Amino acid sequence: MSREIINTILLFIGLILLQVIILNNINFLGYINPMLYVLFVFFYPIKKLDFTFLFLSFLLGLCIDFFLNSGGVNAAATLFMAYIRMPVIKGVLRRSELDYSSLIFRKLKFSKSVSILSILILIHHFIVFQLEYFRLDSFFTIILKTILTGIFTLVLVLLSIVFFTKKK
Amino acid sequence: MQQLISFFYRNKNFLFFFLLEGIALFFTFQSHTYHKSKFVNSANAITGTIYQKVSNFKDYLLLKEENNRLAEENVYLKNLLEKNGGLSGQGNELKMDSIFVSDSLVKQKYFFYSAKVINNEYNKSNNYLTVNIGSNSGIGPDMAVINQKGIIGITKIVSGNYATVLSVLNVSANINVKLKNSDHFGTLSWDTKDYRKVQLLDLPIQANIKIGDTIVTGGKSLIFPEGIPVGTILDFERVNSIYTRVDLSLFNDMSSVGYVEIIRNFDKEEILRLEEQSANE
Repeated sequence: MSREIINTILLFIGLILLQVIILNNINFLGYINPMLYVLFVFFYPIKKLDFTFLFLSFLLGLCIDFFLNSGGVNAAATLFMAYIRMPVIKGVLRRSELDYSSLIFRKLKFSKSVSILSILILIHHFIVFQLEYFRLDSFFTIILKTILTGIFTLVLVLLSIVFFTKKK
Repeated sequence: MQQLISFFYRNKNFLFFFLLEGIALFFTFQSHTYHKSKFVNSANAITGTIYQKVSNFKDYLLLKEENNRLAEENVYLKNLLEKNGGLSGQGNELKMDSIFVSDSLVKQKYFFYSAKVINNEYNKSNNYLTVNIGSNSGIGPDMAVINQKGIIGITKIVSGNYATVLSVLNVSANINVKLKNSDHFGTLSWDTKDYRKVQLLDLPIQANIKIGDTIVTGGKSLIFPEGIPVGTILDFERVNSIYTRVDLSLFNDMSSVGYVEIIRNFDKEEILRLEEQSANE
């Protein structure tokens, strides 16, 4: 149990530092910065939805916001993503595939894990850019940024899942 | 009562989510209003220290560029000095002397602080920079930030050792500017599309502009001194003699800013007090 807590804390701090020191300075094609910190929502153990998970997701987003001077944009998006994590998983997986105790993306079918990941990432990115632009006339820019950044994030998330979770 | 408690208990996750989401949205709305002081900003000790560390590391890679920039600025300042009397030639000491004397007699209006940008954003819709100087050194909010090429932004939130700077690439930065050759005023704005291009709004129909005209700060606001270079006109559209769109290309490359100067206006408080008095009369 305590090992799990330590892992979560290390993941939390590690992702913030990785995001603000490296990933926010990539500027691929001038404006694409992957938001790998959402990995936290995927790596956090899937049990029943609890206060700790919601609060940590909120706090993670808020920490990123402090670095980016962006108000509560990332906090709102990450919290929402954490809240809908379970409904999305339930929607994609069949009841027989759903195993609360050890749901690991590595063990799922590739197409199913990609659809769960991409749905959550796209929703998260869309909220981030919509709140950041905060006006309706930039809808096309928002969609474009959501999709391009989303693809970049998804690739990094998949790579991280391959490298950092054990296959059993 | 029993039912109410069980309602809260059943929906506790949703209510907790709702509360936190409300807080996050509150911070977001606050960040979009210009005049509110913001709680979520990068001018605090933790973010400042981390950005400073990263920036120290990056410095090693950018030393050469920075040296070139300083050498260029030195040449420019020496040329300026030469035009206004000069360093060399006869009577040099006398002139130098008189410059200093007049300096101490005439009240200094602006004071320049040197600062280093430790974090730079340019690809969002509301961009901020973080600089490694704060209220301990005399920096306050709403001071002009420039470098030798032109304007950068305005200081916003100031902590002891750090300050955030509202970049010109920010939808809420509306800076008063003018045409260099005709003194027609306008407002600088950004459409969030390209970090090299900004837009000029509210230009009067009498103004005759050509592509390539220089735009400088207007000096109508108390923040920027008059005549700080901004950019040149890149392209414009005119419908029924009204300017519908004027694009400027900035002199500064906002994607790489290193050292900047922050300008303090000594007259600001006095002027503000006067304006307040006359408004109350």
